[in-house]
Amino acid sequence: MVVQTFTAKDYKTAVHNTWCPGCGDFAILNALQAALAEVQVPPHKVAVVSGIGCSGKAPHYVNAYGLHTLHGRAVPVATGVKLANPELTVLAVGGDGDGYGIGAGYFVNAGRRNVDFTYLVFDNEVYGLTKGQGAPTMIKGLRTKGMAEPAIQDNINPLALAISSGYTFVARGYALQPKSLAQLIGQAVRHRGTAFVDILQTCPVYNDLHTKEWFGEQIGGHPRLFQLDDTDYDPMVHDPTNLEEVVAKKVQAIAKSYEWGDRIPLGVFYKIDVPTFEDQLALGDRPPERRNIWNRDLSALENSFR
Amino acid sequence: MAYNSDLTWMLGGPQGGGINSAAESFAKALARAGYRIYMNIEFHSNIQGEHSYYKVRISDRDKGNLSEKAHVLVSLDEETLLGNTHNEWPSHHGHLSEMVEGGVVIYDGALKLNLTGQRRDIHYIPVPFDDLLRKVLVEAGRGSEFNALRVMTNSVAGGASAAALGVDLALYQESFRGGTGRRAALAELNAKAAEAGYSYVMEALNNQHIFQLVPVKRPETPPLLMRGINAVALAKLKAGLGFQTYYPISPATDENVYLEANARSQDLTVVQVEDEVSAINMAVGAAHAGLRSSTSTSGPGFSLMAEGMGFASLTESGGPVLFLWMRGGPSTGLPTRSEQADLKFSLQPGHGEFSHIVVAPGDLRDIVEDSYEVFNWADRYQLPAVVLVDKKMASFFQTIDDLGLNNLPPIDRGELFTPNGNYLRYQFTDSGISPRSFPGQEGGVFWTTTDEHDQRGHITESAENRVQMMDKRMGKLQLAAREIPDSRKIHLFGPENAEVTVVGWGTTKGAILDVLEILEREDGVRANFLQVRMMRPFPVEAVARVLGRAKRTILVEENYSGQLGDLVREQTGIKIGQRLVKFDGRPFSEEELLEALRRALHGAEERIAVTHLRP
Repeated sequence: MVVQTFTAKDYKTAVHNTWCPGCGDFAILNALQAALAEVQVPPHKVAVVSGIGCSGKAPHYVNAYGLHTLHGRAVPVATGVKLANPELTVLAVGGDGDGYGIGAGYFVNAGRRNVDFTYLVFDNEVYGLTKGQGAPTMIKGLRTKGMAEPAIQDNINPLALAISSGYTFVARGYALQPKSLAQLIGQAVRHRGTAFVDILQTCPVYNDLHTKEWFGEQIGGHPRLFQLDDTDYDPMVHDPTNLEEVVAKKVQAIAKSYEWGDRIPLGVFYKIDVPTFEDQLALGDRPPERRNIWNRDLSALENSFR
Repeated sequence: MAYNSDLTWMLGGPQGGGINSAAESFAKALARAGYRIYMNIEFHSNIQGEHSYYKVRISDRDKGNLSEKAHVLVSLDEETLLGNTHNEWPSHHGHLSEMVEGGVVIYDGALKLNLTGQRRDIHYIPVPFDDLLRKVLVEAGRGSEFNALRVMTNSVAGGASAAALGVDLALYQESFRGGTGRRAALAELNAKAAEAGYSYVMEALNNQHIFQLVPVKRPETPPLLMRGINAVALAKLKAGLGFQTYYPISPATDENVYLEANARSQDLTVVQVEDEVSAINMAVGAAHAGLRSSTSTSGPGFSLMAEGMGFASLTESGGPVLFLWMRGGPSTGLPTRSEQADLKFSLQPGHGEFSHIVVAPGDLRDIVEDSYEVFNWADRYQLPAVVLVDKKMASFFQTIDDLGLNNLPPIDRGELFTPNGNYLRYQFTDSGISPRSFPGQEGGVFWTTTDEHDQRGHITESAENRVQMMDKRMGKLQLAAREIPDSRKIHLFGPENAEVTVVGWGTTKGAILDVLEILEREDGVRANFLQVRMMRPFPVEAVARVLGRAKRTILVEENYSGQLGDLVREQTGIKIGQRLVKFDGRPFSEEELLEALRRALHGAEERIAVTHLRP
């Protein structure tokens, strides 16, 4: 048997890209393709599902089954794809407005289910396609150049929300550190269960506050962005049956997720290995054609009404 | 004494007080004995305590609707008889007015009722259900188990009802036998409890039967006694349903819960989701991935699903099939009552112009065929579909010998791709149908988007492509219209050259057919009935052909405006002369429909709104 080897190139398409020059999305796309190559999953066994917005266009640029769906609905669609064919490697991608604003209900409830897919949020704090309004992660009091006024609505903390919603893998990446981001996405894809990665992303057109320069700053001799991996932080729940440990690790991760400003941690905040939704339904990895649904004998069910 | 061939038995009491199981088990006993049953329940949006009642029509022949008369009424509380006078705005005055002259009211003897001033032309029999059961249990040496076995007062009430209806006691007792487990262990006790109720009522009636149901032959195979909601579920399972999503909502919940209860044994995935937006999107995802998928909801949920319908249609996902269990609207409306007011909405459930199929089955037989075959159409034409059903279809039970699940056409998944090295998911073809691949298949990688897209599924705003894509997608509707035979779209019941043509759809079918028979028998009116069963693509020629030669037309609908009438006019230019509408949340009774049709026939009113203000 020939072992196929896939490189990042195998996950690229020739489709005309409409993102702005310098957009952080390019870097995330490259990292995603590198991660798929690292995991070595054949393109036809991958489905990339997106919402609406700049990030929503990502599936068109990935050589894999691509479903560019509705605003805020990528997560339910991805859930449906994965449950219909658990053999697939499924990724949902979308922006912060898509996932935490119009899709907030689905973001929360996906955490409760733990279906085995990866959810990448391209978090640039603004609604780019509609010309720069503040998104749910825009910090209260800040005003980017596209906003009429400083934000008077509070920002949500996506990592804390994910952890309290039940996500079993919660991480933060940064678009412009391609190597570590690719590695993080690879870890997320390998995780069994819903893996969530909030990816800090620059929008050179509308976010003039949290720019490439701002993220890259050194504060008091330390880089603003640092990897949790380089510290003694341990995100892993080692005994999922130990409720005390689970709670302690969640509390630790939530506390860590509030570190923001001069020092911003990147990497895995929380991870636990528990049965997936598919495990609980005993779906195995059976695609539609291997379900016992196409020729049902219903005489017993029918006769129960006699 | 002459036999009665059509009696109505009624059971009323507080919601959550056990009337469902009592009525259903009594009806099942009669069905097994050979009687044909049509029964329905009315209930409030409430868990416990509000007024609820079952009406059970018992005959030696099939009936398709309820009479508003009752021959025997069993009441577990005061409100069933006298109404909810304790409310600031009483919503009903009880059911005594529905009793036929000489009818029998059986009520719990433990209730201290003041019936002065009530009807004197009916029999009132207080039956001490608890005391009679206690005596049976004591005699059997099981008096200490009274509390655990109190549900057997249902059998006491059943025996009492059998006496009042003139059903042979032994025949009713037979229904307890032949079970297994706990049921078998309690069979003889139940039979004794039934006998206690029976004897008590016979004594009160001086051993004279008031009514006497015509004797029937016990069938070798008992018929099904089934609700539309279960028939839908079985048909969907037969169709290869693999994925069902839902958000709890009346009156769709029972279908979803039934499927969920059987999911593991049927290898079906059922997901209870966070809202109806998620329900439809998850189902669209599963459809794209190759499973037959469905979601079931009611009006408020369907409103949330609007954008998902456009998504499914634009991306040609091949499903999902959406079951719309209509209830009284708008907004939250009448959550547990029936209405046919979502027809127009189902035809245009979202922005933009898109193709989808809408069918409207009228009875158990229709609903099995439609619920099954609509999955074939969704796959064949690669579009979503809506099955219009209603609260009445969800809650009524009817006897039927079998559902015909083994006489359905084969499963047709439509055109599937073969790898050719350059697969185009939305390839332009003569038929407008592009062969599908499913994620996971080698050589079948596709893209899709809710933006307008090219043949490969990538975004384009090209005017030329837009025109071709719209023609392709909308053209599939015309293809479906050509390929699906008229026999699945309309039915004409009765003589071709009738004096009157009644037009209707959905669950009014049973009532219309029964009432037309009465009109012919009692009034000598030769009428026929045009049932419109497919709403989109609308059977323009077939409907125009029937209505074009009709001498006089009358529309019957359970909504305010007569939505099918508007649709017929829009599609065929034909104006239906008179409209009978009912929008009080209760289905037409036989009497209401008969009265309304007679009034229409004797005058020229364009619109007649009917209600007898039943509880």
